[in-house]
Amino acid sequence: MGMMHRRTFFKATTGIVAAPFISKYAFADDTIKVAAIHDVSGVLDILGKPMASMVAMAIDEINQAGGLLGRKIELVNFDTQSNNQLYGQYATEAATRYRVAAVFGAVTSASREVIRPILRRYKTLLFYSTQYEGGVCDRNIFCLGTTPGQKTVKIVPYAMKKFGKRVYTVAADYNFGHIVSKWHKKVVEENGGKFEGVEFFPLEQTDFGPTLKKIQSIKPDLVMADLVGSNHIGFFRQWTAAGMSGRIGLASTIFGTGNEQLFTNPAEHNGILTSATYFPEIDTPQNKEFVARAAKVTGTDRSPINELPAMSYYAPKLWAEGVKAAGTFDRDKVIQALEGNLTYNGPGGPVTVDGKCHHVSHDIYIAQAKNHSFELLEKYDQLPPSDTAAVCDLAANPNDTKQYVLGN
Amino acid sequence: MSVNTGAAGLKSLPAAQGFMGEGLVAGLVLAIAAAAALGFPFVADLYTTINATIFVSLCVLSLSLGLVWGYGGIFCLGQAAFFGLGGYSYAIAAINFDSTSMGVLCSLGVPMVFSAALGYFIFWGRIGDVYVGVITLTVSLIFSQLLNGSAGDNYVIGQVPLGGFNGIPSTPQLTLPGAADALSPEAIFGIAVICLALAYIVCRLFLASRAGKVMIAIRENETRAELLGYDSRIIKLITFILGAGIAGTAGMLFANCLTVTPNMFSLSNTAQIVIWVLIGGRGTLLGPLLGCLFIQLLSTKLGTSGVLNPELLLGAILIFFVMFVPSGLAPALQDAFARIVRRTRRG
Amino acid sequence: MDYALVLIIQALSSIAMLILISIGLAIMFGMMKVINFAHGEFLMIGAYTSVMSVNAGVNFWVATFIVAPLSVAVVGLVVERLIIRYLYGRLIETMLATWGLSLLLMGAVTVIFGNTVTGISAPLGSVHIGAYSTSIYELVLIFFAAALTVGSAVFLKMTDIGLVARAAMQNPDITAVLGFDPNRIYCVTFVIGAAITGLAGALIAPLTGVSPGMGLAFVAKAFITVICAGPAVIVGSALVATTFGVVNTIVTFVATPVFGEVALLLSAIVLLRVMPNGLTSRFKRGAL
Repeated sequence: MGMMHRRTFFKATTGIVAAPFISKYAFADDTIKVAAIHDVSGVLDILGKPMASMVAMAIDEINQAGGLLGRKIELVNFDTQSNNQLYGQYATEAATRYRVAAVFGAVTSASREVIRPILRRYKTLLFYSTQYEGGVCDRNIFCLGTTPGQKTVKIVPYAMKKFGKRVYTVAADYNFGHIVSKWHKKVVEENGGKFEGVEFFPLEQTDFGPTLKKIQSIKPDLVMADLVGSNHIGFFRQWTAAGMSGRIGLASTIFGTGNEQLFTNPAEHNGILTSATYFPEIDTPQNKEFVARAAKVTGTDRSPINELPAMSYYAPKLWAEGVKAAGTFDRDKVIQALEGNLTYNGPGGPVTVDGKCHHVSHDIYIAQAKNHSFELLEKYDQLPPSDTAAVCDLAANPNDTKQYVLGN
Repeated sequence: MSVNTGAAGLKSLPAAQGFMGEGLVAGLVLAIAAAAALGFPFVADLYTTINATIFVSLCVLSLSLGLVWGYGGIFCLGQAAFFGLGGYSYAIAAINFDSTSMGVLCSLGVPMVFSAALGYFIFWGRIGDVYVGVITLTVSLIFSQLLNGSAGDNYVIGQVPLGGFNGIPSTPQLTLPGAADALSPEAIFGIAVICLALAYIVCRLFLASRAGKVMIAIRENETRAELLGYDSRIIKLITFILGAGIAGTAGMLFANCLTVTPNMFSLSNTAQIVIWVLIGGRGTLLGPLLGCLFIQLLSTKLGTSGVLNPELLLGAILIFFVMFVPSGLAPALQDAFARIVRRTRRG
Repeated sequence: MDYALVLIIQALSSIAMLILISIGLAIMFGMMKVINFAHGEFLMIGAYTSVMSVNAGVNFWVATFIVAPLSVAVVGLVVERLIIRYLYGRLIETMLATWGLSLLLMGAVTVIFGNTVTGISAPLGSVHIGAYSTSIYELVLIFFAAALTVGSAVFLKMTDIGLVARAAMQNPDITAVLGFDPNRIYCVTFVIGAAITGLAGALIAPLTGVSPGMGLAFVAKAFITVICAGPAVIVGSALVATTFGVVNTIVTFVATPVFGEVALLLSAIVLLRVMPNGLTSRFKRGAL
């Protein structure tokens, strides 16, 4: 019995080991393949899962409308399990084995930087939908996420007008946090305020006590909180527990993208200002319909469609616009078409490509968290990606591949 | 507290008496590796070759813990630290000196020097068993914390920004010494396989040598070995440094396939390495390689199947192995093979 | 003056957090040399059951002190009977099996409850200390951490069950000869350790929030604290937590949170170098 145990296990193991090499998929020749690479499981799944669903929904809609250039689009989904090593493996597989026409994906900046050189090497177009620190200058990528330059320049003055001129920042301790905090300082000082300092928290930080006491001793009017991840939600909890709500203003450029308004209680989040290019609360018939469709697709998953999944829906649609304008799926022609400042009119508003830096102009909303959702306060139309545009000119330097560090 | 090292012992090291025998085995291994290095890229897709390179680098890492823990009995949870140091040293040296050969040298040198210092600290302090695990784990965590917090502009070594959570961008790929062009993915795969073969041979030679045999004696019963006159501290230190060098090489290979990030130092990476060795079989050299491949292939497959939650499945597999296949895959496979041979002989 | 008081409260709060996350593990490790790597997930399950009970209308204190410990005790019982029971004495094996258990529990909770559970706020509001304000709940946590420490020590030292448990810890064979079943004692101790961990998880939930992966942030520190504590687990853990908490708080205030964490880890290494068998290895034999 012991031996049977081991023998059958041995057989099973051989089977599993051999499977990837034995099974060869046969694909119909008239479909075009695209890939979606996201963290659908693991610690980043709260971001990755809705993003992957929205890419799938967009592709479905394209197919239901008759496909692209008469061809059906086939989506290959990869779950990177919050492990950047798998990003490298799956990107290579998508590009060299499936030979996809485009890749939609990467959730964090770290994962984007893993796949960007790989996809460039294998000449496969990449669309990145997460809001990030800006500065990526690469002809093979189109970034649909908002960047600090687009949001900080509007929300910081708005928050300063509401709460006061002395500003302190707390940010997640990695590239995004460092760059966005530099933007805070810049914009605060440009608007006649005083930047009192910044504190960075590692992503695993759960105890914010010392910093809260530091803030209490500095007594700023406003705290900009650009925190990332579920551990950082503790900051808002402990802030309220320490009695600081209402006494010092709180604002953020990213609150809500991690669904923080769902995890905290109204006492903890009511009044926090945030900004994004998309909120499900945008009140147009087009958007209401989109939200309803999305709810059906995501099903029992309670995550609202915030900016990240929304831009993940926009990405395939934008790519489709490029393909239609170019009349072909060929990467170089599609890039040229998109560089003609193509616009996609999304359910939440239009996005227009800036051909020279491959980022997009967004409508930017300022909103206030209220009872587990957001109340929209102000809207700015089509703000250009000025921060990246200032350093990146792909028309002059088409072989640029650098990520510039902005905010200096 | 003595460590339960499993029943496998030396069973798996096929008898190769003395250095002559070892030389033959080494030659054979190198021949197989050369064949694989040249032949595999021809039969496999490009992406399979690239993925295989990643797997090979992780196998080298797995081998390092197999040597240090499986044979040496040193419960070191810091292989991830040496792995990461190897990767980071390679990237930093290669960019700063504009030479990947320098990078390779540093990826060996830095982890070995660091491990010598750490090993001195641990073994001369007579720290045993679980506490070694805690200290080495803590060292990995310190690196992880420090590097995750290195996103600011002032964290630069030479021309290379450390990059914090995102790691060092655009790690240069291996070139032949003096050449300007990066080697092709197939060539890098070849180099990786040769490195694995060399690491394996180094381990075998060490274990066949006097020092290696003393190491095993120390693992079995340290007091007895000391009473017989051997200085366990030096032997443990040598094993430790060897393991670090191998892990550093793995880091260098890994850096060539993907980017160098603080995740190399993480707790989850440390756990992975231990899981590979456990599942593959302690007390064997091939076991850790098997375990690593098994888990890597499983994780990769799970990510494309989209059916089961990967954590759930991996956790269940680990529990299963600990309880029912405690010596690991390699000894289990050997047993199965031996029984088949016996059966056919009899019948 | 106010600032100094606030600083002290902050240090006590850090120490309290460390004690809370470690004490359940200390009991398991001290009694049975079981390193439970699913410890973070026990904390997580305690937090989840408490939060979900409160969201369903149960009173916060009932959820924290009754529902959470009971739930995790049940989980602990199942785990002990199915897995741990076969691995006593095998330190590495228990560590690895519980590592697998940790992955399994994280995956299970994600599949069952998803990633969008709303947390609960800290009750009791805040109090002013001069120009500063601090959460009353934080002070309450400090009190409970101390109470748990003292309570565990008293339980083990003064009660009959505690005596039997300590005897089984020192010498299981003689205990068996004297008529007590060591296996049952181990089982009960594991379950009690699990229950305390569940309570700790519920206690910290209002301040940290809940997510399937929350345990990961705590398990390494708890593990390090317990190992550094040495043979006298309760007193050792309390002392080690105090050292770490003070170092962490001071360095964080003076520098950044990153250096605070690193300082904590460095002090662990220094501690183990100076006292290779743990902080309390020089204590009288049989101390707690």
